Amino acid sequence: MPSSIDRLYEFLPAGAIIADAESLQVYECDALSAYRELPRCVVLPDSIKQVQEIMRFCHAEKIPVVARGAGTGLSGGALPVTNGVILSLAKFDRILEIDPYQRIARVQPGVRNLSVSEAVAPYDLFYAPDPSSQIACTIGGNVAENSGGVHCLKYGLTVHNIAALKIVTIEGELLDIGSHALDAPGYDLLALMTGSEGMLAVIVEITLKLLPKPVHNQILLAAYDSVEKAGNGVAAIIAAGIIPAGLEMMDNAGIRAVEAYVNAGYPVEAAAILLCEIDGVPEEVNVESHKVQQILLHSGATNVRMAKNSAEGEKFWAGRKAAFPAVGRIAADYYCMDGTIPRKHIAEVLRRISDLSRQFGLGVVNVFHAGDGNLHPLILYDVSVPGELKKAEDFGGKILEVCVQFGGTITGEHGVGIEKINQMCIQFNPEELLQFHAIKHAFDTDHLLNPGKAVPTLKRCAEFGAMHVHAGQLPFPELERF
Amino acid sequence: MDGTNISTLYQEFKERVIAANTVGQPLVIQGGRTKGFYGRHCEGEILDTRSCSGIISYEPTELVITARAGTSLAEVEKTLASYGQMLAFEPPYFGKDATLGGIVACGLSGPRRPYVGSVRDFILGVKCLTGRGEILTFGGQVMKNVAGYDVSRLMTGAHGTLGVLLEISIKVLPAPEYEVSLTRSKDFSSALHDMNTWAGRSLALSAACYDGQHLNIRLSGKRSAVHAAMKQLNMDEHPEGLRYWQDLCEQQLVFFKNNNKALWRISVPPATPVLDLPGEWFIDWGGAQRWLKSSESTERIRHVSEQAGGHATLFRGGDRNGEIFHPLSPGIKVLHTRLKKAFDPEFILNRGRMYREF
Repeated sequence: MPSSIDRLYEFLPAGAIIADAESLQVYECDALSAYRELPRCVVLPDSIKQVQEIMRFCHAEKIPVVARGAGTGLSGGALPVTNGVILSLAKFDRILEIDPYQRIARVQPGVRNLSVSEAVAPYDLFYAPDPSSQIACTIGGNVAENSGGVHCLKYGLTVHNIAALKIVTIEGELLDIGSHALDAPGYDLLALMTGSEGMLAVIVEITLKLLPKPVHNQILLAAYDSVEKAGNGVAAIIAAGIIPAGLEMMDNAGIRAVEAYVNAGYPVEAAAILLCEIDGVPEEVNVESHKVQQILLHSGATNVRMAKNSAEGEKFWAGRKAAFPAVGRIAADYYCMDGTIPRKHIAEVLRRISDLSRQFGLGVVNVFHAGDGNLHPLILYDVSVPGELKKAEDFGGKILEVCVQFGGTITGEHGVGIEKINQMCIQFNPEELLQFHAIKHAFDTDHLLNPGKAVPTLKRCAEFGAMHVHAGQLPFPELERF
Repeated sequence: MDGTNISTLYQEFKERVIAANTVGQPLVIQGGRTKGFYGRHCEGEILDTRSCSGIISYEPTELVITARAGTSLAEVEKTLASYGQMLAFEPPYFGKDATLGGIVACGLSGPRRPYVGSVRDFILGVKCLTGRGEILTFGGQVMKNVAGYDVSRLMTGAHGTLGVLLEISIKVLPAPEYEVSLTRSKDFSSALHDMNTWAGRSLALSAACYDGQHLNIRLSGKRSAVHAAMKQLNMDEHPEGLRYWQDLCEQQLVFFKNNNKALWRISVPPATPVLDLPGEWFIDWGGAQRWLKSSESTERIRHVSEQAGGHATLFRGGDRNGEIFHPLSPGIKVLHTRLKKAFDPEFILNRGRMYREF
């Protein structure tokens, strides 16, 4: 190990540095395990001052820095950089302040997403973004990825639910962004930082907005004999002026996989199902859910079931939440995609995906955050069959290209990371990519923060990447993925 | 406007920006001239965006409208209303000629803002012309999109200093099925207490202000939800009804009229107690946006606002050549200047509109 790294010991306690090869392996990838790289070392600071010192040191020594939360990201955003330092925020795990009166919580970046909602539940408040990995993923990672979840059509993404950040620049400067007021002077750096994938600065504190917890909800399950009709059902709900708290779709392959796995009570003969959650005050939920039932029947649903009680509602949701592991049972490996499209094109895009499936000779299961057009096609393959991994990657890339072609985007909520770096070249032209680089340059002149991620160099615009699941085992197999 | 004409227009705009760069001539971006009073006074050749107008696409069931920046805000809202939808951030017009681009560039939102979000929360994508003369597209027409940095939101409220907005995609929402305006006489501290407490409960709140004597609120949503909330709150119907909120949004209430003093907008955390500043107050946004008519010195107003964890903007009146927006901390200012250079290296676009330095 070069001696410069040894100088970290001058200002960090020995326990805050990991440099032995065996321990470093824990950090060689995030949940996109197809990509692995050993970092030069991992640092685990426990104070902002230490983060500043690390940044100043790396800046002076021109050592790349990759910030890391829980490492649950699906796009390789926390993949180490050769010879770089992994800056783990794991020790920043405290909720610093809960102000129920002004409906904010100040937290450290390593705080787990779910623990915020748990901590504020006594005040009848909640933190809205609920990515499926919320039991393990951290708030700092959520901000870096602008994470969504199943309730974002109504309650917004991370960018809508944070008020302020403390960041440390690559020069080691601590800056306040945003405000506990509803706005701050100057450019919207809070929005720019959100979803910037660790490319601009390191987040060391976050102020979250809290919302009043809906007092009541109702879950409906609708079955359709065609995907197109299910898509029409989604449009009809929106057209009626109703914004459901959650609106999910699953195709027949998904329904069958889930039913075999958890017995959620889904109709296995249906071409597609819609799962719709209505929340609010009891009077409102009662009126609106009956309205939605009529709308769904009118849109061609063969059957609409309203959960009789919260236990049945949870059972309906359990099926959707079990979709990823259920697929893991029917295929040796699967590869999860994350495109977003205008909802009106859902039937056509699914037809294209099915054509591609035949063309590549690989199966595909579609689960879909239908409310906001976010597709998660799961490509089925077997890594032990020579060439199949490459085929799955190519198939995935084609799906993202179809999303762009239909006016959508290559990533709705998983981020670009290293995975979709090639597809960025399809979504953006060279001038736009250069503008992104200019933004990065404004924050990080020497390109030391998470280099090589999120925005491809023009030269790089020809490479591919992917999230792969071997033998049904995602990294973090205990986490729900939906 | 048809495709050929619009591409000719974009080409013209582009050539103007490129030409301005070669001679260092600043350009002042102008739409319907309704918000010229806001921001710092800036000089340069006018780049009139009104010819860049028209709704490009609107899909009510997708909850998205895409229109050119010079499109009249009234046309956008009328179109949405015909499908029972709205711009949920309740944009202030400040004059009938207001354009969509103007409201996005100024980043202004109305009384509904604390409860549904601000203009930036609803921006999905933009096509813009940078100070380097490049026409670039960021974001898109979909709700969830994390490809690339969020330039669309960065442009929102940037007062045209980073780029000329050409096309904007905005998320829209269904208009509320039912709305009611309520009032009750209160002192400041109990009004502030109610506004903050109620915002933490499911009460269909869509606006809350305090005029010095009355706590006024608006409830919006499904009829059933509004009725349920009314039962809990026990307030009187506001004599001016919903019109009151429109007048507040447009600064047509008596408080805003016949004012010969500077009008300050003070943005603070919503439960901030009375600020020790002389003048007349009007509290909006559930306590988070405070209007102050005062002759007090700029320094003191800024200092008191900052101590309270907020910031102060000289909204109307005063010295428009001075600092209108709250001064930035040194580190943040450096980032602003670098970002400005990343989009507009020669400082051609709306030079000095936000801050003297750029």
